[in-house]
Amino acid sequence: MTALIGAVIEAFSELRIHKTRVLLALLGVMLSVAALTSVVALGNMASAGMVQTSERMGGRAATLGVSTPSAGSDQAAVVAAYAEVVDRYSIEYSSLRVDTFLGIRTPAGRIDAMGLLIEPDYGTMRRMNVVDGRWFTDGDTERLAPVMIVNEAFHTLMGSPDITTDPGVELLGERDVKAVIVGILADDYSGAQPQAYLLKDQTDRWELAGVQGAPPTLEAWVPAGLADELTARITADLKAQFGPDVSVYRQDYAAQGDPYGGLTLVIGGVAGLVLLLGAVGLLNISMVTVKYRVREIGIRRSFGATSGRIFFGVMMESVVATSVAGVAGVMLAVAVVSHPRVQPMLAAGATDLPPFPIGAALLGVGSAIAVGALAGLIPALVAVRVKVIDAIRY
Amino acid sequence: MTAPETVPAAGTDWPPLVSLRQVTRTVRIVDLEELHVLRGIDLDIHPTDSLSIVGRSGSGKSTLLNLLGLLDLPTEGTLSFRGMDVRALGGDARARLRGGAIGFIFQQFNLLPGRTALENVMTPLLYAEGRQFWKREKLASAMLDRVGLGDRMREFPSNLSGGEQQRVAIARALVRTPELILADEPTGALDIETGAIVMELLDEVAAETGAALVTITHDANVAVRARTHYRLDAGVLRPEAAAA
Ligand SMILES: Nc1ncnc2c1ncn2[C@@H]1O[C@H](COP(=O)(O)OP(=O)(O)OP(=O)(O)O)[C@@H](O)[C@H]1O
Ligand SMILES: [Mg+2]
Repeated sequence: MTALIGAVIEAFSELRIHKTRVLLALLGVMLSVAALTSVVALGNMASAGMVQTSERMGGRAATLGVSTPSAGSDQAAVVAAYAEVVDRYSIEYSSLRVDTFLGIRTPAGRIDAMGLLIEPDYGTMRRMNVVDGRWFTDGDTERLAPVMIVNEAFHTLMGSPDITTDPGVELLGERDVKAVIVGILADDYSGAQPQAYLLKDQTDRWELAGVQGAPPTLEAWVPAGLADELTARITADLKAQFGPDVSVYRQDYAAQGDPYGGLTLVIGGVAGLVLLLGAVGLLNISMVTVKYRVREIGIRRSFGATSGRIFFGVMMESVVATSVAGVAGVMLAVAVVSHPRVQPMLAAGATDLPPFPIGAALLGVGSAIAVGALAGLIPALVAVRVKVIDAIRY
Repeated sequence: MTAPETVPAAGTDWPPLVSLRQVTRTVRIVDLEELHVLRGIDLDIHPTDSLSIVGRSGSGKSTLLNLLGLLDLPTEGTLSFRGMDVRALGGDARARLRGGAIGFIFQQFNLLPGRTALENVMTPLLYAEGRQFWKREKLASAMLDRVGLGDRMREFPSNLSGGEQQRVAIARALVRTPELILADEPTGALDIETGAIVMELLDEVAAETGAALVTITHDANVAVRARTHYRLDAGVLRPEAAAA
C-alpha cells in the first residue's frame, strides 16, 4: 500500500522535474490519442450514419421480404396467409406493403405520386423519423378519415402547408377522398420524387385508386440468427398454399455480411499506426530520461529502494503521464468531432444523429495507458539494471 | 589467549552490528586478470561505535564501504549484518535492510537535483512503511531543524552552499534513524573550516540517535574524531594508533 502511494508520489515529483521534456512527449501522445479517438469516433459515426441510410432503404438486419406472385389477385387469402405466418413465428415487427401510384390534386393540377401502403410497424423497421408532425400510430388504423405521411418533396408540392393546421390532400380515384397529412419525412436524397405513405387498412376501406391490382408483400423484421431458418420455413408454408412462385429473401444491407466491416478495419489500422508513432516518440524521450537519471536511481537504491520499486516507479511515471495525456486527447477529440461544422458532414443522411461513441473514448484512454506501460517498460528494465555502485561513483 | 565468548570484553558488550570474516573482494578487469581490491578483512562494528578508515587513493576504501552498506557482496569470506549472513538475503531483503538500518553520506552530497531540501530528506521515508511513511513530512522537517536548516527547507540544492548541502545529506542519512552511518569522504568537497563544522554535527547527531558511524577520509583531522582508527593499505585493513 505505502509502496504504491510512494511510487505515485515519486512519479509526480519526477514529472515535475522534467516538465519541459515530459510536456513535449505528452503533447505527442495527446495528439495521437486525439487522432486515434477522432478517427475511430468519426468512423463509427459515419458508418452508423451509413447503416441508418441502408436501413431506410432495405430494413434492419434481418428483414425478410415475402411475396407470392402465384397467388393471383386473391388479396384476402394472401393477407390472411401473411397474418398466419406472423402469428406462427411470433414475429414482433412486420408490415404489409403495397407499392402503388396515387392520383393527387395539387395546386398545379393532377399528378401521380408514389404511394406506399403499409402498417405502423414499418416506421420502426425502417427508422422512419419524421422531421415534422408524427409517424402512424395503431389508433390511426381505426380512424375513418385517412391520414398520410409525406416526404418533403410532396410537402413542397402541396405548397408547404403548416402541419398543425391538419392540411388535407385530395386523393383521386373512383371516389375522391380527402386525406390529412400528419407527418413529414426528410427526402432520401435531394431531388427525390414526391412520395406518400398511407395505412393499408385505411386505403382498403376507401378502395383507393390503383390498389386493387397487385397483392401486397410482407416485410418481417426477425433476429439475424433465425433469418435462414425462417426463410426456409415461410417459403415452405406459402408454397403449400399458393404454389411454386413464392419468394422469401433477406433484403437488408447486412444480408451479404456487414459491408462496413472493411471500413472499420481500415480505420482501426490507421489509428493503430498513429498510436505506434506516439509510442515511439515517448519511448525515445523516456530512454533519454533514464540515462540522465542513472545517478539518481543509484542514490534512491542506496536509501532502500528495491529494484521492484525502481521498476514500478519508472513505469508509473510513464503511465501517470500518458493517462493524463490520454484524457486530454479524448477531450480534444470530443471537441473536434462534436463541433457544429464537423457534425453535419458525418451525419449526412442519418436521421438519428449518432452520439460520440463511448467505445472510442474508452479506446483512447485505454490505449494511452497501454502506450505508457509499453514506453515505460524498456526504460524500467534499463533502470533496474543500473549498478548502484557505478551509479554513485563520481 | 582468546577471551571466553560468554564474557564480552569491556566496551563490546553487544553482539556486533556488522561482522566481516576473511572478506575478500576481487574484480576481474580485462580478460583473465584479477584485481584483489580487498584481502582478508576482519572487522566488527558494534552499535554506537565510531571508527575511521584512512588509506591512499585506490586502496579499496569505497569498495569496503559498499560492502558494509550491502550494496555489494564479498567474493570470499562472510559478511553478516545483525548476525544474518548477507549472502543468504535476496536483493530486495538487502534493499529493505539497507533502507531501514543504514544511512549514506557521500563526498559529492548526491542530493537529488530539482527537489527541495525537504523533499530530499523525505526520499528515504518514501521507502519506509507505517508511521515513518505517513509522517514523512513532519519527520523530515524535524531532522532539517536539527541540522540547522529549518528556515531553508524549501530551497533547491543548487541554491545551497556545499556545507549546507552536506547538512541536508546528513539529515537525509539520519531521518530513518539508522543503526549504521557510512560516510565516504564527507568533507572531501568542503573547506577545512566547513568540514570541521559538518563533522561536529555528524558526530553529534550520530551520538544522539545511538548510530554507529564509519567515516572514510583522507583528512587526519577528520580521522581523529573517531574512537577507533583503521588504515587500509592495498586492500589490507589494519588497526592504527591514533594519528597526530
Ligand atoms: N568494479 C570494478 N571494476 C574495476 N575496477 C574496480 C572496480 N571496483 C573497484 N575497482 C578498483 O579497485 C580499486 C579500489 O577502488 P576504491 O574505489 O575502493 O578505492 P578508494 O580507496 O575508494 O579510492 P579513492 O580514495 O580514490 O576513492 C581501484 O583501483 C579501482 O579502480
Ligand atoms: Mg573512494
